[in-house]
Amino acid sequence: MREVAVIGVGLTTFGEKWDSSFRQMCVEAGIKSLEDANVDGNQIDEMFVGNMSGGRFILQEHISALIADAVGLASTRHIPATRTEAACASGGLAFRQAYTSVASGMSDIVIAAGVEKMTDVDGGVTTDALAGAADREWEGIYGVTFPSLYAMIARDYMNRYGLTREQLAQVAVKNHYNGARNPIAQFRKEITIDTVLNSTLVADPIRLMDCSPVTDGAAAVILCPLERAKEFTDSPVKVLASTQATDTIALHDRRDISTLDATVAAGNRAFEMAKLERKDIDLVEVHDCFTIAELCAIEDLGFCEKGKAGIMTEEGETALGGRLPINPSGGLKACGHPVGATGIKQVCEVVEQLRGEATGRQVEGAEIGMTHNVGGTGATVVTNIFRRVN
Amino acid sequence: MSVPRFWRKQPQRYNLIGSKCETCGTYYYPPRTVCPQCRRDGKMVEHKFKGTGKVVTFSIIRTASAPYDYETPYPIAIIELEEGTRMTAPVVCDIEDMEIGMPVRATFRKIVADGDSGMIVYGTKFVPLK
Ligand SMILES: [Zn+2]
Repeated sequence: MREVAVIGVGLTTFGEKWDSSFRQMCVEAGIKSLEDANVDGNQIDEMFVGNMSGGRFILQEHISALIADAVGLASTRHIPATRTEAACASGGLAFRQAYTSVASGMSDIVIAAGVEKMTDVDGGVTTDALAGAADREWEGIYGVTFPSLYAMIARDYMNRYGLTREQLAQVAVKNHYNGARNPIAQFRKEITIDTVLNSTLVADPIRLMDCSPVTDGAAAVILCPLERAKEFTDSPVKVLASTQATDTIALHDRRDISTLDATVAAGNRAFEMAKLERKDIDLVEVHDCFTIAELCAIEDLGFCEKGKAGIMTEEGETALGGRLPINPSGGLKACGHPVGATGIKQVCEVVEQLRGEATGRQVEGAEIGMTHNVGGTGATVVTNIFRRVN
Repeated sequence: MSVPRFWRKQPQRYNLIGSKCETCGTYYYPPRTVCPQCRRDGKMVEHKFKGTGKVVTFSIIRTASAPYDYETPYPIAIIELEEGTRMTAPVVCDIEDMEIGMPVRATFRKIVADGDSGMIVYGTKFVPLK
């Protein structure tokens, strides 16, 4: 296997982008990543596009050809283009496939993108489309919504570990603080614990301000063999690990409702692959689709003992400037969660942090960063570890 | 849900028929054709569950997905059946009465209707075991 580097990143702003189409957003992020990497479109060998549900949100399938066509790589160079889908981990999967392609020697310069356009349909349809990330036949049919599945995790967790409602709210407060410092974030506004506690109940005990929003957006990264990276950029970021794990699709079949075993497995494999300890990590972008998800992620990745992530958050250890900053981008909660794009956006954030370019939210001296992307209630997890190359 | 998709699962939904692996003795509901532990060494047979169990965790749904809107707020729970498998289902009771560990029993109910003239989907809901 060859060593692999990320040499360019590109993002659209995240939000309700009613003036942009699906393909416009993806092209915008892609072009930005090419400019960032100083790569000409003719040098791209292969493309992966993460997308959860184009078929439901914009009634478009065959996303890979759509995007390759839009950037002129279909009719001219006929490069292989592949869509990856694993619900909200679709972007993470696109990254891992791109990594595998370069590492194996199959392709040299590969673009991994992620895109979702969620605001073209109304709320009930969005909720139903997202419920498709769980087991439609045995969870969805009974009127289970995605927030209610995470609410069942939250209630189980609170009951067993004594997590307080305020500690849960603090996750949102912290991520909004960070999001307010990120120019692409959907919500660039700080909030207080009271904002969360007074927001509408969606699925008890989860309130509106515990949930990541419905978002439009796209992100893209360029990968190449590490040995060629300096041809394109002075600040390549090395991929130390890229791993993926799977668990049962239905929440009721899990060994433990509050532990995402796929996160545990993917995380362990990542640390093994990178030959690193937990203490070596300077920052992590985790999948906080709901506030409870961030706490589970911190624990399941091994950054603290089970049941202790609420206290860790309350004491500011996961804040910017804390012992282990979590979600400096604002996370899915404040930065926004265009489901298929999220896994790539996390990689973009870590790369910007390791290059020292995350103005306003920079984790000082960051050298090693990690990403964690979840599909469904934990049926698919992708984790990656990156290191700055000096 | 389309008629064929629903029909395929009808007896299991109506009567809580799942499966038991005779190799390792594990019960499964919803039914499985392959035992995840034994895989091809497993011998799966039909098993009709007693229908009693307890609430493992739950939520009260306030914002529903189409076409469940008319029912909010409604409780949804993960139920552990007495034989030792778990399933997700609505609970029919006062939302204030919901609590972890609450004993419940399965009951045959309408789940959702496709408009006024469309297919009605029936299945299992739970009620508190008094
Ligand atoms: Zn078995």
